[in-house]
Amino acid sequence: MAEFLEFNDVSKRYGPIRAADHVSLSIRRGEFFSLLGPSGCGKTTLLRILAGFEYPDTGRVLLDGTDITDQPPNKRKVNTIFQNYALFPHLTVRDNIAFGLRIARRPAAEVREEVDRMLAMTQMEEHAHKKPHQISGGQKQRVAIARALINKPEVLLLDEPLAALDLKLRQRMLFELDRIHDQVGITFLYVTHDQGEAMSLSDRIAVMNNGRIEQLGTPAEIYEAPTSSFVAAFIGDTNFFDGTVSETPEPEYCRLRIDGFPDVLCFNDKNKQAGDLVHLSVRPEKFRLSVVKPNVDGRHNLVPGRVEEVIYLGSQTKFLVRVQDYRLSIAQPHSRFLLDEQPIRWEDNVWVWWHADDGYMLDRYSEKDEALKEMPAE
Amino acid sequence: MMNPRNKSFGEWLVTLPSFVWLFILFVIPTLIVFTIAFKPADPWGGIGEGWTLDTLISLGNPNYPAIIWRTIWLSLVTTVVCIALALPMGYYIARAPARWRRLLLLLTVIPFWTSFLIRIFAWKVLLHPDGYVKRALVFLRLSEEGTMLLYRSEAVLLVMVYTLLPFAILPIFAAAEKFDFRLVEAARDLGAGKLRAFRQVFIPGIQRGLLTAVLMVLIPALGMYIIPDLVGGPRSEMVGNKIAQRTFVDRNLPHASALSAGLTLAVMAPMLVVLMMQGRRREEHEVR
Repeated sequence: MAEFLEFNDVSKRYGPIRAADHVSLSIRRGEFFSLLGPSGCGKTTLLRILAGFEYPDTGRVLLDGTDITDQPPNKRKVNTIFQNYALFPHLTVRDNIAFGLRIARRPAAEVREEVDRMLAMTQMEEHAHKKPHQISGGQKQRVAIARALINKPEVLLLDEPLAALDLKLRQRMLFELDRIHDQVGITFLYVTHDQGEAMSLSDRIAVMNNGRIEQLGTPAEIYEAPTSSFVAAFIGDTNFFDGTVSETPEPEYCRLRIDGFPDVLCFNDKNKQAGDLVHLSVRPEKFRLSVVKPNVDGRHNLVPGRVEEVIYLGSQTKFLVRVQDYRLSIAQPHSRFLLDEQPIRWEDNVWVWWHADDGYMLDRYSEKDEALKEMPAE
Repeated sequence: MMNPRNKSFGEWLVTLPSFVWLFILFVIPTLIVFTIAFKPADPWGGIGEGWTLDTLISLGNPNYPAIIWRTIWLSLVTTVVCIALALPMGYYIARAPARWRRLLLLLTVIPFWTSFLIRIFAWKVLLHPDGYVKRALVFLRLSEEGTMLLYRSEAVLLVMVYTLLPFAILPIFAAAEKFDFRLVEAARDLGAGKLRAFRQVFIPGIQRGLLTAVLMVLIPALGMYIIPDLVGGPRSEMVGNKIAQRTFVDRNLPHASALSAGLTLAVMAPMLVVLMMQGRRREEHEVR
């Protein structure tokens, strides 16, 4: 697939804040692409630069091979769905949707036909005559989508479009967005701080932090193989360990010395050698937990610990388990009817184990990252 | 939550003093003025006995239509010019960074710190044949020696615009400050140029502030007396001047009252229109 949308070395500063720091990024035609990061990471700035509301300090933006950096927003073949939808309060739903076509001075009959088509697609026919303040949040969202898509943009920009909706509605709109993307087949650039949204919708995700792209990849790559501690902590929950490689018993594996642990076996795809410092990340759901000592093979790491917290979450239970200096966050699904199971309780002594392949070595470790402050590991 | 009846009683109690005030100092005097218009004048400048329609009939005097016409068009032009200037100013003040916004607002209201009369006299000095403005114009060959800037309708217009401009800027700014400028971005995003976004989204968005601005300029302009008196000439008289003349020079109070009553009614017309428009909009908003 050809590179369709390109950010080329784009920077933007607001006073001392680097909202975009020499960002280069390529997005493919028809892709559902997400910019994901905490607030202030620069994702919205990139979107506004692409929409034409901000001018970058350095760098160019290319759309389908054309440099659009200097084009005003009204000349660009991109349309935006704003976070608060920004529907025109003085116009009806129908007139809101027709706005773009009327600006383009298209014949009235064509406008009517197109608007009817969009109303049908978003199932808003019966609300066509209403003003924005008379419809619900989910309906406003649909009007915003219709109003943008009617212009047949080459890229649809979505700026935290679900942030204003409640949880149930958000889940429904997720499916709706996915359906619309399949239906219209244009490129979607989706900006969000919600990893769940980004993971479930995107073909690819760029995780941003401090104006830079920390990692770019498919949702599975980003979750399973985070390249930095920031990504590992921001996408889902994780446990970090600092250790030193003690030996490399076989090509793909190494043994780590981690304070208070027996030697930990770890998958070594980074070709670390004895003496190297490494940062290991293990996701909470990769751990297994038991009161009786399990029989595990040599590919597993087994350590004793003590349960400090039990948090019942319905579909799973989260445990905080003290192992020496570490406090591990461990999630266990309920495989059986919970009340039949012998439950693990607060202050129980337990065994914790995980497979060597489930630990993941990080390339970069960023001490100062905000997201790490909430990590349970001490 | 209070129940609606208690609430409306509470509101009543709070607004009562201002109602009393308005009734005694506004409604009653207005009615007195309206009444005097139907009274004859006595030869000593007072009000005679009995009732008459003569005064109202004498308003048909061929002098008046010209003055009334001039009053209306000077006021309308003043309003149009003020709004045309205040719209972009209000827009940019509202969009300016907070620090600048305060400064610009301060500059807008600074003229109020000086007496209205003194500011008009300042204009007289500027426009005087030996004043800076006139001399500069002559120097630039935009005006000739011996012509007058003062004492003509254009001077009245200029000073009226100067005086009333802040009254247009402030309500427009207040509305623009509350306006969600992301709507302008949305319009731009949907293909509208800067001007169309301004016209089709910003103007409807600040409609109420705009209507208020029109009233704030139009009504004082219609009743303007001191400006045409000081910087205008005999051919830039407005209704306000005529009323003053009838009151102080001719001592014909019924005549002055008839003119005042006419002016009051004329001022109420645009006000009612605007109030009705705002009322309709408010109803629309209350649907939510």
